[in-house]
Amino acid sequence: MSLDEHRPTSESRPRPPYMKPTDITDPNFFHKVVDCQWACPAHTPVPEYIRMIAQRRYTDAYMVNWESNVFPGVLGRTCDRPCEPACRRGRIEEKPVAICRLKRVAADYRGDIEHLMPEIAPKNGKRIACIGAGPASLTVARDLAPLGYHVVVYDRDASGGGMMRSQIPAFRLPEAVLNEEVERILNFGIETRFNQNIESLKTVLDEDYDAVFVGTGAPRGRDLDIPGRDQVGEHFHIGIDWLMSVAFGHTSKIGKKVIVLGGGNTAMDCCRTSKRLGGDDVKVIVRSPFETMKASPWEIEDAQREDVEILNNHVPLEFVIEDGKLVGMKFDRVEPIFDENGRRKLVSTGEEPLFFPCDDVLCAIGQENHFPWIERDIGLEFGEWDMPVVDEVTFRSTHPKVFFGGDAAFGPENIIWAVAHGHQAAISIHQMCEDIDLEDRPDPKVTLISQKMGMHEWSYHNDISNDPRYQVPHAEKKMALSDIKLEVELGFDEKLAYDEAMRCLNCDVQTVFETGRCIECDACVDICPVDCINFTMNGEEAEVRQTLRVPALNAEQDLYVSDVLPTGRVMIKDEDVCLHCGLCAERCPTAAWDMQQLLHNEAQAKSRELAL
Amino acid sequence: MTYIAKPKFHHPNLPRNDLGLTRRDYEGSMSTLCAGCGHDSVTAAIVEACFELNLPAHKVAKMSGIGCSSKTPTYFLSKSHGFNSVHGRMPSVATGANLANNELKYIGVSGDGDTASIGFGQFAHAVRRQVDMLYVVENNGTYGLTKGQFSATNDRVSVGRKGQVNAFESIDLVSIAIQLGASFVARGFSGDKDQLVPLMKAALSHKGFAFIDVISPCVTFNNHGGSTKSFEFVRDHEHTVTGADYVPHRDEITADYAEGSVLDVTLHDESRVRLRKLDATYDPSDRAAALQYMMEHQAKDEVVTGLLYLNTGDDELKEKMDVTAAPLNSLGAAELRPDMATLEKINAGLR
Repeated sequence: MSLDEHRPTSESRPRPPYMKPTDITDPNFFHKVVDCQWACPAHTPVPEYIRMIAQRRYTDAYMVNWESNVFPGVLGRTCDRPCEPACRRGRIEEKPVAICRLKRVAADYRGDIEHLMPEIAPKNGKRIACIGAGPASLTVARDLAPLGYHVVVYDRDASGGGMMRSQIPAFRLPEAVLNEEVERILNFGIETRFNQNIESLKTVLDEDYDAVFVGTGAPRGRDLDIPGRDQVGEHFHIGIDWLMSVAFGHTSKIGKKVIVLGGGNTAMDCCRTSKRLGGDDVKVIVRSPFETMKASPWEIEDAQREDVEILNNHVPLEFVIEDGKLVGMKFDRVEPIFDENGRRKLVSTGEEPLFFPCDDVLCAIGQENHFPWIERDIGLEFGEWDMPVVDEVTFRSTHPKVFFGGDAAFGPENIIWAVAHGHQAAISIHQMCEDIDLEDRPDPKVTLISQKMGMHEWSYHNDISNDPRYQVPHAEKKMALSDIKLEVELGFDEKLAYDEAMRCLNCDVQTVFETGRCIECDACVDICPVDCINFTMNGEEAEVRQTLRVPALNAEQDLYVSDVLPTGRVMIKDEDVCLHCGLCAERCPTAAWDMQQLLHNEAQAKSRELAL
Repeated sequence: MTYIAKPKFHHPNLPRNDLGLTRRDYEGSMSTLCAGCGHDSVTAAIVEACFELNLPAHKVAKMSGIGCSSKTPTYFLSKSHGFNSVHGRMPSVATGANLANNELKYIGVSGDGDTASIGFGQFAHAVRRQVDMLYVVENNGTYGLTKGQFSATNDRVSVGRKGQVNAFESIDLVSIAIQLGASFVARGFSGDKDQLVPLMKAALSHKGFAFIDVISPCVTFNNHGGSTKSFEFVRDHEHTVTGADYVPHRDEITADYAEGSVLDVTLHDESRVRLRKLDATYDPSDRAAALQYMMEHQAKDEVVTGLLYLNTGDDELKEKMDVTAAPLNSLGAAELRPDMATLEKINAGLR
C-alpha cells in the first residue's frame, strides 16, 4: 500500500506524446550546444582554439582556424562574426566572448607554420579552374591542390584576395596580413592567371578543365536613379568601385564635405576612408532606422568614434546642382510604419525636405551579381533575379562541370560564408572526379572524450572568469586618421587575450548523462548555478518547458532528456544557459554525469580521401 | 569536495521574491561534504523555503553543533547570524539565544549523533521547553565523519557496509519528539524536496518547537543494499501519511478536495498548513494515536513521512516563562532599572 503521491502510478505514467530520450550519438545534438561553432558557417571549433590561446599555444590555435576557415589573420580582423551573437555568454551576462579578436591573437602571436602545411600529393592529372581569386576560390584551391589537383586561378586584378583586397580598407586589414595568407595558398603549386578578365565561360570550358569553380563575387555596386544623377559627374562614386580605386592607389583625395548613402559595412568603410582622404564633414545618411542598419554594430561604433555623423530615416530625393556643379543633396524625412503583416514601410513625415551641402557623394546602397560573361546557351540555367541555378548542398550549377560559391552563388554574404561554400564545392568537385555521388556527403569527424582527470579535476579549466568583455585597444585617433594604412585596432596583447579567453564557457565540454548510474539524489539539481537540471515526469515538450525549475523559454535551445529513472521520472536538462562548469559531475556520487569534450571537425575534400 | 567556487552567474530568468532576491541570494559558501550527500539537498530545501517565505537573512540565526550535518549552516544564508556550538550543545545555546531575542527565526541543524547520542539530554529539554525554533535533524544512521560506525538512530535490521550486524535498539527521534511535547513534528526525505520544502515553510511559520527528522542518506557509508537509510530503501518503503501544503495567509485556497480528506490548520502568523490526509484514519492532532501509528508502521519496516503531529495550542518557551517579549538588547535603562517603590517591594518580599 504505497500512498506516496510522488510515485508514478499506472494512471499518472506519462502517455505519448512525451519526449523521447535524447540520442547523443546524433552528431548534431551536442554540436548545437556549441553555439559559436554551430553558428559559424565553416563550423570552426571555437572553444578548442580559445583554450589553446589561454595556454599560449598560439600556433596550434592558428592551425585549428586555418584548417577550418583558411584565413585566420584576415577573419580575425574582418569577420562578420555570426559566432558572437550566438555565444552563450551573451545570454548569461551582457556581452559575448570577443571570439573574433581572439582569432586575431592566434594569428598575431603564432610561430612558424611552414612545417605544418599539408604535403602536396603528386599531380593526379585533373585540372580545375577557379574564376576570381577571392576567398571562395582560394578555399577551393587550398582544399584541392594538396590532393594532387592542378588548380588554375584567374583574376582581373594583379594579385589574389578578391574583395578582401579591393573592398576592405588597409586600416582594417593590413596588406601584409592578407598577402601572407593568400600567398600561402598560391604556394601550393597553384597556377595563377592574374590580370586576365574572363569574358566568356565557354572559352574557359573549352580549355578542357575537369571542373570550373566560379567565385567572382558580387562585383556591381547599385546606382541611384534620382533627379540630378546625370549631372553630378565625377563627384558621384559607387562605393565598392571607389574603395577599390583607393586600395589600388588610383584615388587619394576626396572633397571636404562627403555624404555616404547606405547603412551597410561598405558605407562604414566608405565614410572612414573619406575621413582619411580629406573628408572633414562626413555624414552617413541612411533610409532605414538606426536599429535596422545592416552594418555590424562594431563597425558603426568605429565610424562614430571617428566623428562620422549617422543620420537615419532620410530618403534621398535629388542631387542639387548649381552652375553645373554638385552642391548638396535633398532628403525626405520618413518614419517606419508597419502594416498588419508586420511589413515595414518608410512613410514620409510630411516635413520639408532637408538639404545637406556636399562636395562628393559615395553610394553604398548594395551590390549585385553580374554575369555578362556567362553565355546563356552552354547548358547553365539562370533563374530568378538573373542568378544561376545552384544546388544549395553541392554548389553545382545545372552545368555538370561548373560550380559556384561565395557571393557569386546566392548573392552578397561575407568572407566566412565564402569559405564555407568553398569547402563544400571542393568536396563536390573531388567527388565528381572520383565518380562518387555528389549527394553522398562525407561525415564530419566527431569525437566525444571524457575530461575527467581525478575526483574533481578536469582537463579543461572550469573555473571561468566573471569579468565583463575586454575592450580592444585602438590606435590614437589623430594618428589613425592621418594615415590610411595605419591599422586602427591594435589587437589584444597576451595578457588581455588570456583574460578574455578565460571568459569562454567551454561549451564544447558536454554534460553527458548516463541514466543507469543515477540514484536520483538531487545533488546536481542543488549545485547547478543556473538551475538547468530537472528531475520530473516526462510529458509533451511545450508543456514540460513551462514547468521546469526555471521555464525553458528559449525554444532554439534543445532539452536533453534521459531514459526513465527508477522513480518513473526523467532527467531533463535545458541546454540554454548551461555554464559547462562541471559541478553537476563533481557533485554526482555515482559518475552518472561526466564532462566530455566534443571535437567536431567539419568534413572537407580531404576527409573523403582519408575515408577511401 | 569541489575545489572551485560556485559561479556567480545565475539563470537570467530566475524568479525573485517579494524582497527582490533570487534563491541564489540565500546560498552560503561551497559545501565540502561528499558528492551526493543528502545533507546538501536539505541545505537546498532550507534555501528554497527561506526564499519562498521572503525571509530577510539578517532576521535568521543558524545554530548547530558538531558533525557533517552541523557543518551545513555554512552552506546556506551566508548573511545570517549563527552559532556553531560544541558537540551536542546546540539546544542550550539555542535556548539562551531564544530567551535573549525571539525576533530572530532560529534554524537549528543537527545530526543523528549530535542529537540522539552526545546531545540527547540537551535535545530532550529543548523539546519539553518548547523552544521557539526549527530543529532539523539530518538523519543518516551513521557516523560519517568518523568513517561510518552505526549511530543511535540506525535501525536494528540495518547492517553495515561490510555486513556488520547492529546489536542495539534504535532511537526514533520523531516518537521521542512527540512524546516530549514538541508542537510540530514531521519527517521528510532529502530525496523529495516537493515534500520537504513545504514542511520547512510550515515549520518556520510555526511558533514553538518544530522538529523535522530528515532521512538524509550518507552516500559514502550508508547507501548500500543492507541500509534502511539509503535512497533506494526509503523510496521503496516510504509511507507518506499526510501531504502538507503551505499556504501563505494572503493566498486564496482554490484546489478542490474530497470532503474530510483535507484539514486546514492556521499557524500563528495567519498562514495555513493544508494537510491532505493520505491515510484517512490518521489524526495528526492526537499524540497517543500518532505514537501508536509510528510504532505499528515501524514494525512493518515502513518509513512514515509527512507532517505527523501538529498542536498550535501550546505556548512557546518565552510565553511559558512569562518574560518580556522584547529582545533584551532593545531594553533601555527605564525597563531594566526598577524604581524605588518597586525595589522596596522586592526587598520587603525577601525579608
